[in-house]
Amino acid sequence: MNLESASFSAVAQAVKSKKISATETAQFFLNRIEKLNPTLNAFIRLNPEFINDAKKIDAEIAKGNDPGPLTGVVFGIKDMLCTKNLTTTAGSKMLENFVPPYDATVVARLRKAGAIVAGKLNQDEFAMGSSNETSAFGMCKNPWNTEYVPGGSSGGSASAQAARLVMGTIGTDTGGSIRQPANFCGITGIKPTYGRVSRYGIVAYASSLDQAGPMTSSVEDAARTLEAICGFDKRDMTTSDLPVEAYSKDLNNSIRGKKIGIVKEYISDQIDSDVQKTFDRAIATLKEGGAEIIEVSVPMTKYAVPMYYLISASEASSNLSRYDGVKYGFRSEFKDLSSIDLVDFYSQTRSQGFGTEVKRRIMLGTYCLSSGYYDAYYKKACQVRRVLKEQYAEAFKKCDALLSPVSMTPAFKIGERSADPLKMYMNDIFTTATNLAGLTGMSVPFGISKDRLPIGVQLTGWHFQEKTILNIAQHLENNFSEKGQKPNVF
Amino acid sequence: MIDLKTIHRIAQLARLQVNENEAQQYATQLTKVLTHFQEISTIDTSKIEPLITPTEITLNLRDDVARHEFTTEELLKNAPDKMGQLFKVPPVI
Repeated sequence: MNLESASFSAVAQAVKSKKISATETAQFFLNRIEKLNPTLNAFIRLNPEFINDAKKIDAEIAKGNDPGPLTGVVFGIKDMLCTKNLTTTAGSKMLENFVPPYDATVVARLRKAGAIVAGKLNQDEFAMGSSNETSAFGMCKNPWNTEYVPGGSSGGSASAQAARLVMGTIGTDTGGSIRQPANFCGITGIKPTYGRVSRYGIVAYASSLDQAGPMTSSVEDAARTLEAICGFDKRDMTTSDLPVEAYSKDLNNSIRGKKIGIVKEYISDQIDSDVQKTFDRAIATLKEGGAEIIEVSVPMTKYAVPMYYLISASEASSNLSRYDGVKYGFRSEFKDLSSIDLVDFYSQTRSQGFGTEVKRRIMLGTYCLSSGYYDAYYKKACQVRRVLKEQYAEAFKKCDALLSPVSMTPAFKIGERSADPLKMYMNDIFTTATNLAGLTGMSVPFGISKDRLPIGVQLTGWHFQEKTILNIAQHLENNFSEKGQKPNVF
Repeated sequence: MIDLKTIHRIAQLARLQVNENEAQQYATQLTKVLTHFQEISTIDTSKIEPLITPTEITLNLRDDVARHEFTTEELLKNAPDKMGQLFKVPPVI
């Protein structure tokens, strides 16, 4: 069995039928991590129980038990998700010593399905960034070219997956943090509908936008992961109790008659020519498959970036107020606690514990929520958000899914955009609207640039239409002519 | 233009220490970002209710019953400083 490319279902079947053991599988990926991670810095921590956990799976099988649909599948987890007894930092010095006493629901459900956790993956600090350059634990590299960023904020997940350090990864997406790095590293990533996946145990950034999702080597692997992690969770009352569909079933159904919308407002001459060519080829491929391409209008998408940053920074400034140096996390060194003023205690701890970009967003969010500015910024952004969602609802009456680029360019060079926050924020032009309206969106590889960097396209679906976009993504994957090319670091 | 006085007030609200250099940088960067984001002020949103959460969720309420999920020791393990079973902090009163 070639573990460099084997699907989840093939590995699960092989492990269950004892053709290969979970321990051998885990050892294979441990070897790859040890060999390639020093170049990539995708993993920031290994699970010391990694091999032991695999042995436990083998012991279950020896007893005649079925550990579940993801038996022996090796996962890397973004460091935003709590892992029991395994340090969880959110890429921040603020949490460098935080050891959660529980698993996030997503992690617990993966384990329950028979998956094995290899370790924790690099990311932008508190998921705030589009390049993985804001991590407190060093930047992560793009395996296609190590002078380039892997994207962000789930950069470690994308890099590890593209270099196949693991079989699957989990990322989180608040404004594109699964889809953009998946796009930059040539893998598949899906952000589920808001409320489809539990946020319990995920470090909160912007609670009305955050969702976790799979980043994998194929559409089918993504579908199988969703089957394991989606669904109602009594620990997150914003999760939906709609039944979880069999996402991996009928993936290869014909897309004949499907209506695919192209958002008029996304048409631009600023798009990189290779990205445009990839997008045009995707349109042609969908047409050949029998889909109908129509133009739709969602005028408020023009304002998605301002809306997104005003809302996410506001929610972040509130969510991150919990980091006060009292109950857990970083605390500044104080010689004599009894003579310190409480406000100075908080302020010094927070100033030393948070990195530059996080502080910038806390400042932005605090400003937007402060007396005198609340109506003009936060409230205004939320009102426009409603108009955006209603416009999407109208658009989805005319089509089954939307197709767009994921970002204006392929991956950019390390350091190229980090000096100008506004320039970095504008990277997110095609991805943020999805989160604002609570939609599901995914990035699927469909091209390679002249500089040999991967390019994907984005599919967006209405609430709980994961199955629809997975089916269309599968059609694109089946017809991706450069499928199977490997990155330089592999 | 966001002035330095405003920056210091916001920093105080956010419980962040900001030196003069950083204050200057925040003033420039936040002004640039917010000036660009001003474009949403041109949209007419009169009579539109703010959208706070994106999907229509039926809120499932649970019984308000305390459960023992963790021991005190487990939860104190991550404390930066403690005394017995208490978190140690500067004088509050």
